[in-house]
Amino acid sequence: MKSTYRLLKTLFVAACLVLFGVTTALAKEALPMAQDPVLEKRLILISEELRCLVCQNESLASSRAELANDLREEVRKLIAQNQSDQQIKDYLVTRYGDFVLYRPQVKPLTWVLWFGPFLLLVVAVWGMFSYVRQRQSAQTTVAAFSDADRRKAQAILNSGDAP
Amino acid sequence: MKKFFIPLGFFLVLVAFLAIGLNRNPQEIPSPLLGKPAPLFSLSTLDAGGVKFGPQDMKGKVWMLNVWATWCVACRDEHPLLVALSKANQLPIVGLNYKEVQAQDAPAGRQLSPEEKLRIARERSAVWLQRLGDPYVVSVFDLDGRVGIDYGVYGVPETYIIDKEGVIRFKQVGAVTLDTLQSQILPLLLKLNAS
Repeated sequence: MKSTYRLLKTLFVAACLVLFGVTTALAKEALPMAQDPVLEKRLILISEELRCLVCQNESLASSRAELANDLREEVRKLIAQNQSDQQIKDYLVTRYGDFVLYRPQVKPLTWVLWFGPFLLLVVAVWGMFSYVRQRQSAQTTVAAFSDADRRKAQAILNSGDAP
Repeated sequence: MKKFFIPLGFFLVLVAFLAIGLNRNPQEIPSPLLGKPAPLFSLSTLDAGGVKFGPQDMKGKVWMLNVWATWCVACRDEHPLLVALSKANQLPIVGLNYKEVQAQDAPAGRQLSPEEKLRIARERSAVWLQRLGDPYVVSVFDLDGRVGIDYGVYGVPETYIIDKEGVIRFKQVGAVTLDTLQSQILPLLLKLNAS
């Protein structure tokens, strides 16, 4: 009993070692991803703010398109040249236009985009207030119960017909 | 009646916005390069002699830069039109072959050297142009896509019209059609050649 347990244990350890060996061997085959971790981190930070032009709903950081690859390589070069984030973004905007920026710049052309929702909110609040006020004034014009109405209601209640 | 027309009004405004918005082509991005000088480059040409070509060589001419590749299906569609255009002697067309040799073309386990890439690109382009006609006064090779980035290329084919001063006047993303040729490119040529 004890010997089979020991055998199983040895087999398990051996299997683990083999698997571990295989996975590390596979890992070695992959290309070295981040040669400079600091640079790669900045690359991701910048490229998450940029749009891939081929698959337009993906960021440059996540896209697997060929062009995104090239542009990431380009951004890497610019980072290595000590360019600021703004300089790197300007570099791409002069080539591909404002469209590459996920966060549009605030300028007269984009005012509607940036401030339009607030304008809509103001209009909606104004509309709501005027509607409520209109309703309130309409309600106050409804005449209060007159004495005759009250007597009539009392009569109905007293008659026992009330459901 | 008023209660009925207010929501209807809102609905019609919404419909109008959607009708405009949904009918626009999201692939057509206005190029910031219009009205700007064409980025300079110096690239190897189809002739193996080692002669380089750049936009500076076209100074004083109105010319077309056509970005293409043999793997690009839409390029095949527009090609007959370009051949016809060059046969009619409308304007010199320069072919910019964009990333002809792709990563998957390399044999497994190793990368192609720039010289090998250029050789393969020349071979493939020569076959392609022989079979389908050669509309280009000169063909250049942008093997790593660096020049493409300077020109804001994001979908081949792309076509640029550059004026006598070397300023980009027109950009078309996607295949040139007979319609764009007649309605936009030819009138622009008349204008640019007159000035």
